[in-house]
Amino acid sequence: MAERTQKSKSSRSSEGATVAEPAEATTETGEKLKAELDDLLDEIDEVLETNAEDFVKSYVQKGGQ
Amino acid sequence: MALPKVCGIETEYGIVVRGGENNPVSASSMLINAYVAATMRERGRIGWDFEDEQPANDARGFSLDDALAPEVETTLVNAVLTNGARYYVDHAHPEISIPEVTTAYEAVRWDRAAEEIIRRSMIEATSLLDDGAEIIVHKNNSDGKGNSYGCHENYLMAREVPFGRLTAQITPHFVTRQVFTGAGKVGCELPGRPSDDVAYQLSQRADFFEEEIGLETTLKRPIVNTRDEPHADAQKYRRLHVIVGDANMSEVATYLKVGTTAIVLAMIEDDVLGDEWLLGNPVAAIRQVSHDPTLRQTIMLRDGSRATALEVQWGLLERARKYELSHGLTCVGAHTGPDILDRWERVLTGLERDPASVADIVDWVAKQRLVDGYAQRHDIPAGHQRLKAIDLQYHDLREDRCLALRAGLQTLVAPEEVDTAVDHPPTTTRAYFRGRCLSKFPDEVVAANWDSLVFDIGRDPLRRVPMMEPLRGTADHVASVIDEAQTAGELLDRLGQ
Repeated sequence: MAERTQKSKSSRSSEGATVAEPAEATTETGEKLKAELDDLLDEIDEVLETNAEDFVKSYVQKGGQ
Repeated sequence: MALPKVCGIETEYGIVVRGGENNPVSASSMLINAYVAATMRERGRIGWDFEDEQPANDARGFSLDDALAPEVETTLVNAVLTNGARYYVDHAHPEISIPEVTTAYEAVRWDRAAEEIIRRSMIEATSLLDDGAEIIVHKNNSDGKGNSYGCHENYLMAREVPFGRLTAQITPHFVTRQVFTGAGKVGCELPGRPSDDVAYQLSQRADFFEEEIGLETTLKRPIVNTRDEPHADAQKYRRLHVIVGDANMSEVATYLKVGTTAIVLAMIEDDVLGDEWLLGNPVAAIRQVSHDPTLRQTIMLRDGSRATALEVQWGLLERARKYELSHGLTCVGAHTGPDILDRWERVLTGLERDPASVADIVDWVAKQRLVDGYAQRHDIPAGHQRLKAIDLQYHDLREDRCLALRAGLQTLVAPEEVDTAVDHPPTTTRAYFRGRCLSKFPDEVVAANWDSLVFDIGRDPLRRVPMMEPLRGTADHVASVIDEAQTAGELLDRLGQ
């Protein structure tokens, strides 16, 4: 059973072994992503329904297909 | 060679009225009527023709004289739009079935048009309500309380493909494609298990599948649905009715969902897929995969070995690459096919290295980023109601509330392309004939459905034009005839009807 896993993985893992990005670039990317997420979370705070908890609690649908 | 993979998407949307009477059936009717009234004021409404509906059918052959199948709800609102779509009330939900298309790209384009139609409908309908009341529509598949509604896909298949083989071979894809098609869900809705047993899962729908195969769609849902209602020549065609997917907010996710499935189905039709990835217990596996955002758990294959969902997907992609070389991909679109394979490979690579890297493509990853970020910022525990609110609002189709619109998802279709698809049909299928006739001869078309149009040209009995071939009635075939005909009668004469 391990054979299948190896078979499917091995063809890719050789080429998948990429050179690690320089630490500096990673940190930069990480900080950029974090800043983006912060902006996004600010926006969510703004647009999230004021009574979000009540709204989601009372959100009941009839089952469909 | 595999048939062109004519396909479509039908979405049942969640609906609530806030600040007014919350009856989903009347709200859905109001939504649709308001849209139809606003857009077709000049034209009058064209109803759906139920003559050919046979949702309970499993027999070969086709007869125009068959009685109505009992489960069709003929009394509810039902409209046919000039873009070839059907807009109707189904099981207490508004539903849009997009027109038949031939590529995943077109499926995304008309699926996006359907969202725009809903947005416009919400605005129109809300303007009819008392001050402060509002109709709100979500493109999701679950209310978080055990009630689910579908986003179905349909694919044209050759009738001669043995259904047993089709079922067995497509199931591994249906179970594992969730890794990029899942729309994400906070909590668990498995009967008998507390919601917070699963903090976050890949799919909206996976909890609701209880059988491997069957005819049901509303209870004991099967991974492979056996409804045999081809809406086309039943001697030649089958319509595979896929009920196992999530409604995607991400355009690329919809594209991958439809595109990869069309390719896997083409491989099955040409009998080159083989049985390597058959699953041991698909129902258990679909939940396991959904409940594992780490993507590391393995599922059991039929031969007793185990593989992760990503490994199964890599295996299917590898087959698809070979299939491209041996058969070509024209059946899913000569340009679209290779692009699907490239994007498929990229999404699997991204998911394998770090799911966060595909937060701009995969809905469950995009939503998880919001949910986790919010939980961290406000220091609230997993499964909290506010996180469920974020989950729900991700799917809210109101532009000023929709979180998916703010999540940084890539888009595929330009806004003007979406805009024209709201009113115009695809040019590549019989939907073209349907849409153009509705738009040019609104007074003469008295009813329409997937495989026929009924005209009243003022003389003789009503005239039914059958459209049993999904690839006839395209712009190439009929555009000039429709352009030149001054009246519907003239059109029918020219078509030899």
